[in-house]
Amino acid sequence: MATTAVEPTRRDFLFIATGAAGALAGAAAIWPFISQMAPDAETIAAGAPVDFDLSPVAEGQIVKLFWRGKLIFVRHRTAAEIKAAQETDVTSLRDPQPDSARVKAGKAQYLIVYGNCTHLGCVPLGNDGAYKGWLCPCHGSIFDTSGRIRQGPAPTNLPLPPYEFVSDTKIRIG
Amino acid sequence: MSGHSNYVPKSAVGRWFERRLPIMGLIHSSFVVFPNPRNLNYYWTFGGILAFMLVSQILTGVVLAMHYAANVDLAFNSVEQIMRDVNYGWMLRYLHANGASMFFVAVYVHIGRGLYYGSYKEPREVLWILGVIIFLLMMATAFMGYVLPWGQMSFWGATVITNLFSALPGVGETIVTYLWGGYSVGNSTLNRFFSLHYLLPFMIFGVVALHVWALHVPGSNNPAGIEKKTDKDTLPFHPYFTIKDAFALVCFVIFFSWFTFYIPNYLGHADNYIEANPAVTPAHIVPEWYFLPFYAILRAVPDKLLGVLAMFGSIAILVFLPWLDTSKVRSGAYRPAFRVFYWMFIANAIVLGWLGAKPPEGLYVIASRLCTAYYFAYFIVILPLLGKIERTLPVPASIAEAVLGPSGSGSAMAAGAASSPNSQG
Repeated sequence: MATTAVEPTRRDFLFIATGAAGALAGAAAIWPFISQMAPDAETIAAGAPVDFDLSPVAEGQIVKLFWRGKLIFVRHRTAAEIKAAQETDVTSLRDPQPDSARVKAGKAQYLIVYGNCTHLGCVPLGNDGAYKGWLCPCHGSIFDTSGRIRQGPAPTNLPLPPYEFVSDTKIRIG
Repeated sequence: MSGHSNYVPKSAVGRWFERRLPIMGLIHSSFVVFPNPRNLNYYWTFGGILAFMLVSQILTGVVLAMHYAANVDLAFNSVEQIMRDVNYGWMLRYLHANGASMFFVAVYVHIGRGLYYGSYKEPREVLWILGVIIFLLMMATAFMGYVLPWGQMSFWGATVITNLFSALPGVGETIVTYLWGGYSVGNSTLNRFFSLHYLLPFMIFGVVALHVWALHVPGSNNPAGIEKKTDKDTLPFHPYFTIKDAFALVCFVIFFSWFTFYIPNYLGHADNYIEANPAVTPAHIVPEWYFLPFYAILRAVPDKLLGVLAMFGSIAILVFLPWLDTSKVRSGAYRPAFRVFYWMFIANAIVLGWLGAKPPEGLYVIASRLCTAYYFAYFIVILPLLGKIERTLPVPASIAEAVLGPSGSGSAMAAGAASSPNSQG
């Protein structure tokens, strides 16, 4: 009975094969329980891209809409607001971004950003604060007319939703 | 559970923890080294199957509850949304609905095993009674769960069964009003049934823990019905019965999967795909199949209150079984006369189930009454008498002798094979 090396036996093979099959079966069984937590087909369908007509938005007006449950600001900027946004020293910003990167080419009058302060999520007040952009009343974050953070605790600029111009006066968000 | 475990964990962390909460020792003594009779047959695998089904129902139920809305205006559509929109929702719903039926298939086999082999007899009376409590909790859970989709059968089944309590004199109407939370089955009823349907399985879990604890005091019964005497009578739970239970579970899951994936609506009722309508009662109200025998008993008695008492009595009588069966011999394997009456009881229960789905008229009524009479006679007349007058077969001297024959119980080879499952060759 003296063998120097222990050969794997049929039993070892069966143990390992059963273990592997069991692990695979376990993963296959668990997967649907995890997958069911993902947004369901109705939620996904309700989150399809929406079209928004810009023509009723007057110059200087900020309009709110919801897409995928999140608030979006559509701001028809005045010439003065555009100028102030474009002539900022980008390097002085906490989250450096030129205004041109935050609007579509040739459509600088329309600023479309998500409407929740990037600090802790409150909805900032429009046409308020030192730069007449937005002022968040919760902890005093101040955004400029391009939605960029200037003062206060918010770490980043108001983010942009995905959108495209489908015509001169209509955008598709999403 | 008999005294301290001698399990010593291999790691230092394990030993630190074990000294403070000896859960590994508990698992080791209960489910690894626990001695089980070596002559167990596959009827003994259904306890493990039931534990699996309870976990399965809880898991599928909890994820279904993430998408279900317990409101009369939303419930039916929320179930359809689960079926159509939620990822794998159709599968989770069918697993849960067919799982309930499978749960009852397993529990009826489990009870049938107990009835045949005398597993309710001394010293397992409390174990048996805990089982009856689990059965009652299961029935309550299943009944409330069936109401939740808010189909026609859901609504009218709820109305009929809650109305049963109005048969109780005096307090009956008040009880029904409190059950309903209103003047009829409505939103309040649905809401509280959802809450209780979520709660009861965890109470079942608790009683199951007591049930397994009570089992582990004397250990399992066995097909010969004689208590274990020496180590030669038993084998350690792991690996012999873990693998046997696992194999049986796989076979059961194949059976379960057959229904879930190929005929998922076979055991259900088409009328439950019609949204509840309080103005229209379906032509034939039928409960789910697992309630049919009790439904037949209910309808067999022409009086409202007595019918209700007979139905609840048919389950309550089980509690007294350890004292009604007077036989000194535990297992039906050694009781030839008992066997005849036992299989008649099983056939009778199946016929009662068939009758429960039939309209309550003509021959069906007469048959239901005869079958109900036999059901009660089995417990109240036949079993008490049989124990006194039957002639039993001689019971083997030990479990080892029952398995290995009179000469085999002394065989060293059998004992050696039992003690070293991991050796080669």
